[in-house]
Amino acid sequence: MTDTGIGARVRRKEDKRFITGHGNYTDDINLARQTYAYFLRSPHAHATINSIDTAEAAKAPGVLGIFTGDDLAADSIGGLICGWLIHSKDGSPMNAGGHPALAQGKVRYVGNEVAVIVAETHAQAKSAAELVDVDYSVHDAAVDTGSAQASGAPQVHEEAPNNTVYEFGLGDEAATNAAFEGAAHVTELDIVNNRLIPNAMEPRAAIGAFDQGTDAYTLYTTSQNPHVARLVLSAFIGVAPEHKLRVVAPDVGGGFGSKIFIYAEETVCVWASKKIGRPIKWVAERSESFQCDAHGRDHVTNAKMALDKDGTMLGLRVKTIANMGAYLSTFSSAVPTYLYTTLLSGQYNIPAIYAEVDAVFTNTAPVDAYRGAGRPEACYVIERIVETAAREMGLDPADLRRKNFVTEFPHVTPVIMTYDAGDYHASIDKACEMIDYSGFGKRKAASEAAGKLRGLGFSAYIEACGIAPSAAVGSLGAGVGLWESAEVRVNPTGNVEVLTGSHSHGQGHETTFAQLVSDKLGIPVDQVEIVHGDTDKVQFGMGTYGSRSGAVGMSAVYQACDKVVAKAQKVAAHVMEAAEGDIEFKDGSFSVAGTDKSMAFGEVALTAYVAHNIPEGMEPGLKEGAFFDPSNFTFPAGCHICEVEVDPDTGVTQVVDWVAVDDFGTVINPMIVEGQVHGGIAQGVGQALTEGAVYDTESGQLLTGSYMDYCMPRAVDLPELRLAFTETTCPSNPLGIKGCGEAGAIAAPAALMNAVTDALGVADMPMPASPQNVWAALQGAKQAAE
Amino acid sequence: MPSVSMKVNGSEVSADVDARTLLVEYLRSDLGLTGTHVGCDTSQCGACVVHVDGKAVKSCTLLAVQAEGAEVTTIEGMAANGDLHPMQEAFREHHGLQCGFCTPGMIMAATDMVARHGKDLDEATIRRELEGNLCRCTGYHNIVKAIAAAAKAMG
Ligand code: FES
Ligand code: FES
Repeated sequence: MTDTGIGARVRRKEDKRFITGHGNYTDDINLARQTYAYFLRSPHAHATINSIDTAEAAKAPGVLGIFTGDDLAADSIGGLICGWLIHSKDGSPMNAGGHPALAQGKVRYVGNEVAVIVAETHAQAKSAAELVDVDYSVHDAAVDTGSAQASGAPQVHEEAPNNTVYEFGLGDEAATNAAFEGAAHVTELDIVNNRLIPNAMEPRAAIGAFDQGTDAYTLYTTSQNPHVARLVLSAFIGVAPEHKLRVVAPDVGGGFGSKIFIYAEETVCVWASKKIGRPIKWVAERSESFQCDAHGRDHVTNAKMALDKDGTMLGLRVKTIANMGAYLSTFSSAVPTYLYTTLLSGQYNIPAIYAEVDAVFTNTAPVDAYRGAGRPEACYVIERIVETAAREMGLDPADLRRKNFVTEFPHVTPVIMTYDAGDYHASIDKACEMIDYSGFGKRKAASEAAGKLRGLGFSAYIEACGIAPSAAVGSLGAGVGLWESAEVRVNPTGNVEVLTGSHSHGQGHETTFAQLVSDKLGIPVDQVEIVHGDTDKVQFGMGTYGSRSGAVGMSAVYQACDKVVAKAQKVAAHVMEAAEGDIEFKDGSFSVAGTDKSMAFGEVALTAYVAHNIPEGMEPGLKEGAFFDPSNFTFPAGCHICEVEVDPDTGVTQVVDWVAVDDFGTVINPMIVEGQVHGGIAQGVGQALTEGAVYDTESGQLLTGSYMDYCMPRAVDLPELRLAFTETTCPSNPLGIKGCGEAGAIAAPAALMNAVTDALGVADMPMPASPQNVWAALQGAKQAAE
Repeated sequence: MPSVSMKVNGSEVSADVDARTLLVEYLRSDLGLTGTHVGCDTSQCGACVVHVDGKAVKSCTLLAVQAEGAEVTTIEGMAANGDLHPMQEAFREHHGLQCGFCTPGMIMAATDMVARHGKDLDEATIRRELEGNLCRCTGYHNIVKAIAAAAKAMG
């Protein structure tokens, strides 16, 4: 390991601009003659639009244009799309329903875009919006996940009878039924996975600009995947042809999934910029983020696990209703199917699994991938039910897990995954040691003496990252391939630019990708510049989500570096008059084996560009590209254990200790990886302890529409986090990386709720473990005991 | 339109502003100091924290005209002559930022915290005092470490 290569705790190259106030986020960009958009949104969860009268508003000061769904239709602008086609058990394709960027005929959730007002200033656009007169006929709303399919429920889309998008199934039903017959023990749980609002601290924003001289559009946007945005906006929505649309995602202030999707606002800003003839900027107010960013989770699940009398797992049966909200967002359909049911085997050898998922429309904001996307929900089901089974059977929860761990690889689960590598015993053993598992009884007694209830909870999670290979995901319904691209441009002076299709919005790619190149080419990290987030610079890429940038994105860089070295080696051999096979490349220098002849990397680069003396027939220059398509998903896994103390008088839960032992395969920069784990745990703790999106079940109004009512985890809610890594190498990419971005968010909720239910002595309680919910659970337990 | 004058990062500035202009809007739009961010509309996230007459203030919660005659320091004014402030240095050293969006507000709030508590600022106090600053990326772990380290360095 060099000081800056793979494995080094290199301080981040990107930090300087952020700590000095010189970041460049979308809202920091201002274009000449820029105008401002304000979106008029539906105040109703479900209504027919009878008419929209914009005459008064159009006369308001500063107003330049007002557009509605009719204007989009007149320009043949297509609706927003869902890029993953899921089929029901009976083979029928999902029932999608249209999703115009501005409502046409009907509004389907509070916040649904109805019209856009463009004005000289943001304040003028917002004031004018109040003068737009929309005549609505309001309908009853379908809000609740569990009852959306009930007969007589209000229908969200005609195309989806009973609000059912699809009825998906995975696994072997007959084998699973057989496993339950004669099982010595069955544990059953009804679980709600609470709805979350992502809340990246930077609100979404967009600037659309049309250049009349070139007929080309530019979109600056808060995107995790600018190329995918360009593809969707051109090929599907039809705003502009792909070669006439540049999408730039500059510094982006966190995404967590919510900035993957192609939303109405950026679509409208690009399209309307031509109509107005000036650039149009839109920046979400936080209340709009609450209403309109795609939400996460929202599952209602019944799960049953069959075990024999010594605790050997025999079968698992899961039935889930997944709320899709009012429209199918970009990746939404894949989340509760291929990202959820496929992970229900957890770290365990379960011979038979059958999972069914009904996806339902409701009059709520669209639901899509949020950090972990499907995998936190799967982990929650399996880890809650295993913990509960252990309690019911009087077994130690760690031992029950150990007894059933998968230990041989590759392991094919009943839900189509092939686990490639892992050591689950290593992570649980290490975690137990770190938290002093055997000393828990003493700590519990001490808490009790102080009037507190103490609990401990495990979460032995597994997840799947770097979704791939492209052909496989295509066969499951994905509309795109999930490879990644890279281009390594060596400059004549020997420094390097790396163009990547990955996008960094906090992950530190400018540092970790540079570390990889430093390692591969033997040059210092400050000689490497990482370029990302601009479709005019980077040819194509799939972006950053699903913890894929290390395993997939860096592997493309790795391959491109190999090609660079291969060509440079030929040049060096030619100049030094040696056989290519005799050239050794080490620490940034090419040398001829057994001699003292050598050339520095920079010298070879210059030689390749000057091209006076390169092998005959070789093209000048030193620049290589690669596309990497992995052969399998990667499978990060590990064990988190947390301890909580509950005050029975107030219902306040304090997380008092947290240990996380994760196996991410190769770690490029431990400092950055630890940061990813911290952030993931905080979001998982948020889900389990403080957060929850709540709609009024009658009116469909969002009751948690600001930071007043939606409780974000704060510094006091979290303990000092204690981390360790174990390592098994991932065989499906050249670096052996598994991915680390989502693990914490996947593992944490189950660990925390296992600890809280342990402390309270209750079988289950809903997330979040807010003081109110904890207190109610305690009173319920008391009453049951009386 | 009312006119307003103040000193921002050591320079005298003045302008005619719409009376409803917030200090953060004035800093970002009129002065082009985009390091101060807006993360909410309910005065809770702390992305907009600046110093007004030496105190940490949420600049989304103050009208520009209320800062008449004040001395305002924004994140851009923290690195004197190009040398990073110890708090900025500590955030980098301890990986106290990821996406960087909350960072300017965190650094401004944290320097105020150290000014009030001195070098013995402990982690429990830091966590409590960060109540008005949200970060969605870091889980606060490294922010707390950075502030504690900077408090020592500044002490
Ligand atoms: S912008 Fe959120 S507190 Fe000021
Ligand atoms: S670093 Fe992203 S919000 Fe704090």
